[in-house]
Amino acid sequence: MALTTTERPTRHLARPPAKRRAGRGTRREGVAGYLFLSPWLLGLMAITAAPMLMSLVLSFTNYDILSEWSELKFIGFDNYQRMFTEDPTFWHSVQVTVLYAVVATPLKLAAALGVALLLSRNMFGVGLFRGLFYLPSLLGGSVALGIVWFTMFNRDGSFNSFLGLFGIEGEGWVNNPDYALSTLILLAVWQFGAPMVIFLAGLKQVPQELYEAAAVDGAGAIRRFFSITLPMLSPVIFFNLVLETIHGFQGFTSAFVISGGTGGPVDSTLMYTLYLYIKGFTDYEMGYASALAWVFLAAVGLLTVVLFTTGRFWVHYADGDDR
Amino acid sequence: MKAIRLVVILAIMAVILYPLVWMLGTSFKGQQEILSNAGVFPEDFSPGNYPEGWNHLDVNFGRFFLNSTLVAVAVVIGNAVSCLLAAYAFARLRFRGRGMWFAVMIGTLLLPGHVLIVPQFIVFRELGLVGGEFPYLPLIVPHFLATEAFFVFLMVQFMRGIPRELDEAAKIDGCSSFGVFRNVILPLSRPALVTTAIFSFIWTWNDFFRQLVYVSDLEKYTVPVALRLFIDSQGQSAVGPMFAMSVLSLLPVFLFFVAFQRMLVEGINTSGLKG
Repeated sequence: MALTTTERPTRHLARPPAKRRAGRGTRREGVAGYLFLSPWLLGLMAITAAPMLMSLVLSFTNYDILSEWSELKFIGFDNYQRMFTEDPTFWHSVQVTVLYAVVATPLKLAAALGVALLLSRNMFGVGLFRGLFYLPSLLGGSVALGIVWFTMFNRDGSFNSFLGLFGIEGEGWVNNPDYALSTLILLAVWQFGAPMVIFLAGLKQVPQELYEAAAVDGAGAIRRFFSITLPMLSPVIFFNLVLETIHGFQGFTSAFVISGGTGGPVDSTLMYTLYLYIKGFTDYEMGYASALAWVFLAAVGLLTVVLFTTGRFWVHYADGDDR
Repeated sequence: MKAIRLVVILAIMAVILYPLVWMLGTSFKGQQEILSNAGVFPEDFSPGNYPEGWNHLDVNFGRFFLNSTLVAVAVVIGNAVSCLLAAYAFARLRFRGRGMWFAVMIGTLLLPGHVLIVPQFIVFRELGLVGGEFPYLPLIVPHFLATEAFFVFLMVQFMRGIPRELDEAAKIDGCSSFGVFRNVILPLSRPALVTTAIFSFIWTWNDFFRQLVYVSDLEKYTVPVALRLFIDSQGQSAVGPMFAMSVLSLLPVFLFFVAFQRMLVEGINTSGLKG
C-alpha cells in the first residue's frame, strides 16, 4: 500500500485517473472496458439508480408494504407537506441528528488531531499505540459496543461507580432524555482512531524545513502549530470533516441499541435514520419513509456543497493546482 | 519532555481501552458480582456466562455465528471480485465514457445507504428474495455488483501505482486486455485485495441496519441481530451472558486486527476508508 500513501486523499475525489496518452483506446479495448465494468454498471442501475428513482416516485404515494400495488394512490406532495407541517417528530429527529453531528464531529476531529500530534514523533512503541487507538474505530459501530455503552451509563453502571469515588451520585444517563444523546456523542468521539490515522499520514507530509525555518525566526511551538501545521494540514482536516460529518448524520446502530429500537427516552436519541427505519419497517409507511429518505439525501447533498464552498476559504493547497 | 509525552499518551490510552477491558472483565463476573463490583477485574472468576449466553436464546449462538460467517464470506468474495474488475476498467482501460462513469462512481461514494433501503427492500421482496430458506441474498447480491464504491476507489488508487511499463511489456508479448489483467494486474493487486477482504469482512460482521431489515426468523439471525435480543429481554440476570456474547461477537474482528494491524492502518491511509 505504500505506493499510494504519499498522495493526498482529498485530491482524488475530484478527479478521474489522469489520461496518460492522448487519443482513444482501440475498439477492442473499449469493448473490454465495458466488459470489465459490466458488474458495476449493472449494480449502478439495479441496486442504486433504479431504487433511487423508485423511492422518488413512492415518496408521492401512500404506499405501505402490506397492501396490494393496486391500492397505491398518488397523493402529490402530501408526504412532504405532512413532514414539514404536521409531524413534530420529524423536526425532533432533525434536531437530534444535527445536534449529534455538530457536537460529535468537531470533538472527534479535535481528539484525532490531538492524539495524532502526540504520536507523530518517532518513539518507543508508537506503532502499537497507533493500532490501539485505532481499535475503537473497528469495533465501535457494532451492537456489542452499543450494549457496553448502555450498561456502562446505566443507573448502576460503572460510570456512576466512578463518579461515586468523588462523592457524586450519578443517575441513569441512558434513561434520562437530557443526557442520553450525550452518551451517544461520547461513543462517537471514542472512535477517533480512523481520522487520527489520516491525520498522521498528513502530518508526515509537512516539510520539516518549514519548522526549522520558523524556529530560526523565533516562532514558538504554539505559533508553529497555528502558522505551519494547521494550514499545511487543512486539506486533510477538510477531508476528515466531510467524511465524519456525513458519517455523523448516519448514526443508527448505537442509537437503536441504547434505546431498544425506539429512539427514546422521550425521543431524545431519535436519529433521523432511526426514524426512517421506524416509519418504513415498523409502521410500514413506506411512501412516507421514501419522502424522508429523499429529504435526507437532499440535506446531505446540500451539506456537502456547503462544506466544499466554505472549504475554499480555509483549505490551503501547497501546490496551488487544486482549484 | 519525552517522558511527559509518553505519560499523556498512556493516560489517554487507559481511558480509551477502559470500556473494552471492562467488557471483558465483566463477562467473567458472576451475577451477584456484576451488581456489587463495577471494577474492571472479576474478584471471583466465573466463566459460566459463556455457556449460559451461548444457550440463552431458543437457538444457540453457534447458529448465529455460522449465519454471520456465511454472509461475511460471501460479501468478501463478491467485493473482491467485482470491485477488482471495475477498478481495472477505470484504472487501465481507455473507453468512451470512462471519465463520466468514474465521476458517477465517486458520487456514489458519499451516497448514504439508508436512502436506498426502502426501495431496495421492496424490489427484493417483489423478486421473492426476502425471507424464506435463504434470506441473505439481498445482503450478498449487491456486493457481487461492486456497489461498495469505497473498494473500487481503493483499488483504482492502488492500480495507479503499478508501473504501466508492465502492461506494455505484456502487450508486446501478445497479451490482450484480459491477459494483462490476468497476468499483471491481478497478481500485483494482492495487497489491495487483502485490504478489501479484511474491511469487507469487518464491516459486514458489524453491520446491523441491513441485517435487521432483511433477517426475521430466529433460525436465520446473524450475530448482531441476535445480540440485540438481550437488550429487549434484559433483566439484571442477563448482563453477564449478554457481555459474554458481546465479547465473542467482537472476537473475529479483534483477531483480524491483531493479524493485520499494520495493513489496516495503512489501508485507510491510502483512501481514507472508515472503520
